[in-house]
Amino acid sequence: MESTIMKKERKGLVLFSEYKRGEGIRKALEVGRENILFELKSSKLKGRGGAGFPTATKWMLTAAAISEEKFLVCNADEGEPGTFKDRVLLMEYPELVFDGMVIGGYTIGAKEGIVYLRGEYEYMLKSLEDYLEQMRKDNLLGNKILGKKDFNFDIKIRLGAGAYVCGEETALIESLEGCRGESRNRPPYPVNTGYNNRPTSVNNVETLASVPHIVLKGGDWYMKVGTDKSSGSKLFSVSGDCNKPGVYEMPWGTSIRELLKVVEAENTKAVQVGGASGICIPESQFDRKLGYEDAATGGSIMIFNKNRDMLHILKNFMEFFVEESCGQCTPCRIGNVKLLEGVEMMEKGEFTFDYIEKLKDLGSTMQVASKCGLGQSSPNSFITILDNFKDEILNKRGNGAA
Amino acid sequence: MKKDKTSRTPVSQQPFEVEKPTDTNTIGGTVSIEINGEKMHVPLGTTILEACKEKKVHIPTLCHHEDLCVAGVCRVCVVEVEGFKTLQAACAFPITSPIKIKTSTPLVRKARRYVIDLLLSEHYGECYSCIRNQNCELQDLAHEYGVDGYTFGHVSKPTYEKDTSSYSVIRDMSKCILCKRCVRTCIDLQEVGVLEAIDRGDKTHISTFMEKPLADVICINCGQCINRCPTAALHANDPSDEIWEAIDNPKKHVVIQTAPSPRAAIGECFGLEAGHSMTMELNTALKRIGFDGVFDTNFTADLTIFEEGTELIIRLKKALVDKDASVKLPQFTSCSPGWVKYIEHFYPEYLDNLSTAKSPQQMFGAIFKTFYAQQKGIDPKDIVSVAVMPCSAKKFECNRPEMNSSGYKDVDYGLTTRELAKMIKEAGIFLPEMPKSHFDSPFGDASGAGLIFGATGGVMEAALRSVIEFVTGNKTEDIFANANILPLRGFEGVKYVELPIANVGPVPEILKHLVPSWDFLKGATLKVAVAHGTANAKKIMEDIKAGGKFSECHFIEFMACPGGCIGGGGQPIPTTPEIRKKRAEAIYGEDSSLEMRKSHENPHVIKIYEDFFKEGPCGHLSHKLLHTHYTKRGKFIA
Ligand SMILES: Cc1cc2nc3c(=O)[nH]c(=O)nc-3n(C[C@H](O)[C@H](O)[C@H](O)COP(=O)(O)O)c2cc1C
Ligand code: SF4
Ligand code: SF4
Ligand code: SF4
Ligand code: SF4
Repeated sequence: MESTIMKKERKGLVLFSEYKRGEGIRKALEVGRENILFELKSSKLKGRGGAGFPTATKWMLTAAAISEEKFLVCNADEGEPGTFKDRVLLMEYPELVFDGMVIGGYTIGAKEGIVYLRGEYEYMLKSLEDYLEQMRKDNLLGNKILGKKDFNFDIKIRLGAGAYVCGEETALIESLEGCRGESRNRPPYPVNTGYNNRPTSVNNVETLASVPHIVLKGGDWYMKVGTDKSSGSKLFSVSGDCNKPGVYEMPWGTSIRELLKVVEAENTKAVQVGGASGICIPESQFDRKLGYEDAATGGSIMIFNKNRDMLHILKNFMEFFVEESCGQCTPCRIGNVKLLEGVEMMEKGEFTFDYIEKLKDLGSTMQVASKCGLGQSSPNSFITILDNFKDEILNKRGNGAA
Repeated sequence: MKKDKTSRTPVSQQPFEVEKPTDTNTIGGTVSIEINGEKMHVPLGTTILEACKEKKVHIPTLCHHEDLCVAGVCRVCVVEVEGFKTLQAACAFPITSPIKIKTSTPLVRKARRYVIDLLLSEHYGECYSCIRNQNCELQDLAHEYGVDGYTFGHVSKPTYEKDTSSYSVIRDMSKCILCKRCVRTCIDLQEVGVLEAIDRGDKTHISTFMEKPLADVICINCGQCINRCPTAALHANDPSDEIWEAIDNPKKHVVIQTAPSPRAAIGECFGLEAGHSMTMELNTALKRIGFDGVFDTNFTADLTIFEEGTELIIRLKKALVDKDASVKLPQFTSCSPGWVKYIEHFYPEYLDNLSTAKSPQQMFGAIFKTFYAQQKGIDPKDIVSVAVMPCSAKKFECNRPEMNSSGYKDVDYGLTTRELAKMIKEAGIFLPEMPKSHFDSPFGDASGAGLIFGATGGVMEAALRSVIEFVTGNKTEDIFANANILPLRGFEGVKYVELPIANVGPVPEILKHLVPSWDFLKGATLKVAVAHGTANAKKIMEDIKAGGKFSECHFIEFMACPGGCIGGGGQPIPTTPEIRKKRAEAIYGEDSSLEMRKSHENPHVIKIYEDFFKEGPCGHLSHKLLHTHYTKRGKFIA
């Protein structure tokens, strides 16, 4: 198989800025744990997997947990519809991701790193393995990395089995342990009780890829980009109705309107920020800014132009959740079915406004009562699409039906 | 969190082990919390549910069960915890820091109501035609939350085909609410692992390996899953219609035997607190229903002690005197059909250790269709024999093809405690009001030794009461006050007792032809063990495999169900450690109130050896009628 790791000439502010393999690790081993954590903390780096938990805190908690064995897991499940930025990082910038893992392993005191790779990315496996082998040869993995005594760390890659929920960190751990992909109860949290009951830090590919830059160039450098609450840059996977779909690095705080311009989208009716589990933003709100404090996203941006049927889009999302719920808890397993049924009723024009309101209320209950992030976020699109496109969906079809 | 190496329970379903306190507010291992504004201190790691229970704040639950590890999946127990954006499952939240909990806010009530509404929307069935009507946790919840309509619709057709393949357990997945109690029961409590959630999303359902019928997989029929199912999705295979038909048929002579555990528990089906034995009231009720003979399974429990005890003595003599290396020790008890099927599947290489003695139920069945038929002058084909058992596996056992050595099926129907209670109600009888009456002759009342078979350790205690007296010639009371062998009692998973035999007495008449003298036992130490629940049985079996201390035992009692038969899969629902304890107390209480408390003192048993099994225990006829053989099943599923 021909190598899938390729160097595209991407240029960017932060992630896509200059980096030479191993430099971050070297610096990290030089300055030591405390300084790494200090820089991370001052960078205000937050998790890029969606939840936005401060990475420094997660690593501090894992580092502080007392255990002979700890694990660092790289979450490369990338299952959110419309996201493909982790794939780009792994294929084009493996040095960032893997150096980030080594630094993470060193910081939290893990000897083993595990990449949980989305099943559909199996084609990358060989090149990634080759890449790791080269790192071993160059003493960037294995025993006494770069001569540092007492620092042994290696990385293995495990393939996922193709369930969306397995991107959720505790379901991912269950899956790694050979169980059904179902999320766990929290507390306890993975930082205490993770893989094999050991303290485990699960980090998104992009989060890890940011770390070598921060260690090398400092937290302040990182903070210069983005907003106060959302520091640094973000990779956006842009798809849908635009001329230039693809992966873009942009500072946090970029407005949707700005982004649409860059990707050359015209005649846009709505932008789905954050994938199927994200929120749907209508034209009137295009000045909203991408960032944890406003329109948060793990990276997925889907653009819909004025020819699109919003109800149809919503139906696709709901069908996705009905299938992808792990089926464990009641609100998500059955709730999503009810929301989908509601969409079907609206399609046929056979509904009452009261019932649709009831379903929205059910959705907001699912957001707080579901066991994991999947069921907590699956009603987002239902609620925002119905709120923002009420005229199109309800009034048009509802005529006479109510 | 603990993860037992042998357990296959997913970590998410195992109980929490709480981290050491790191917070200064958690001094002395307790945390101060607030529930609905009221302050209290709880030990670190207490769940919100437990804390609320202590404060008498009722939190509804469905997937939670005292016997099982936490799941946190039904979401009906959600509460508000200050500082959390989402609601938290009270059953799954171990308290490790000072928190403020609110249990009845509008948001909480709405969430619970929606969860119930959602469950009902997919739940096929109408309560009035349901086996769990009036004893169903889903129904209770709907009632508690004032459900008066189907907010999100209601399925009008069954969603799954019923699985009626098993003699013991019927699966009606259209009534399943996916609480996974059965999964946790089977894999965690019993460590059998028949059931698991299959598929995901809206297709999620509980099923078996490759979705095979239950009869074709490694189910041991213990019915523990039934006892913990909150709805009617799992229930026993009920033969009461056939039994009514037999009773109503004047040509049929219908006899019934009752085991001790149903008698200690059936009162619960009539609203009594657990722990009231209803033996004599039940006798009257059964006669009024129309059974032609009402007998005590303890009679054949006493007989079992003779047969199984003799078998043990023969094995010991062969091993110790004849130095016969082919003899298998320890001898395992064989009266729990769930255990028998478990060992057939999981440890088929140890089947030779299993006593060949049939269970008391089956022995009685064989006697009804032979000795009893002769005595009464009835054609055995006209006898219908029914056994009231605490057990669902007994239904499978009586249908084993080998259980017809008389030429007729030993036992025609195995009836559970729950099913019998239903029949009694149907006959218009309120059991607690029945006058007392005795068992019918010719078998009469049995010993207390047979009675305690119902609780874990009871078979071993019954056996030792006789073995001690047979071998040493002394009274059991000389060693154990009131002949209560306390080290064998209680609910510890595995019990182990050593009994040194300092001196031996004369060999009793009934055994003389088998062993001329006890000298070979002089100075020996008898080692016995007891396990209840197949998870505990597995511990012993693995130890034996590894050549550990249990491989040195002489005799081991195994019961498939937690607590022994009193916790059987046919017993009244619900079951909890507390309820099982009370049932056991009822049994031990009844035993100590009896005059005759040792199997070998039962005059009816001695008489049947004189009149019928003339060659004595383990003789030819008893081998034909009272002993059986087993099947190496293995774990391979065709
Ligand atoms: C249903 C669901 C799917 C998820 N899928 C992913 C995923 O594919 N990749 C990912 O990095 N995080 C995913 N997450 C978030 C993870 O649970 C977790 O928060 C993240 O991996 C932590 O890494 P971070 O702190 O670097 O963001 C998912 C969460 C949920 C609830
Ligand atoms: S919210 Fe959905 S995915 Fe998460 S545990 Fe519940 S059923 Fe599973
Ligand atoms: S299982 Fe419970 S709720 Fe369902 S029909 Fe039966 S009694 Fe009613
Ligand atoms: S009867 Fe016992 S073995 Fe069979 S499924 Fe139920 S719990 Fe498992
Ligand atoms: S069969 Fe019963 S115990 Fe098992 S998941 Fe369904 S409702 Fe729960």
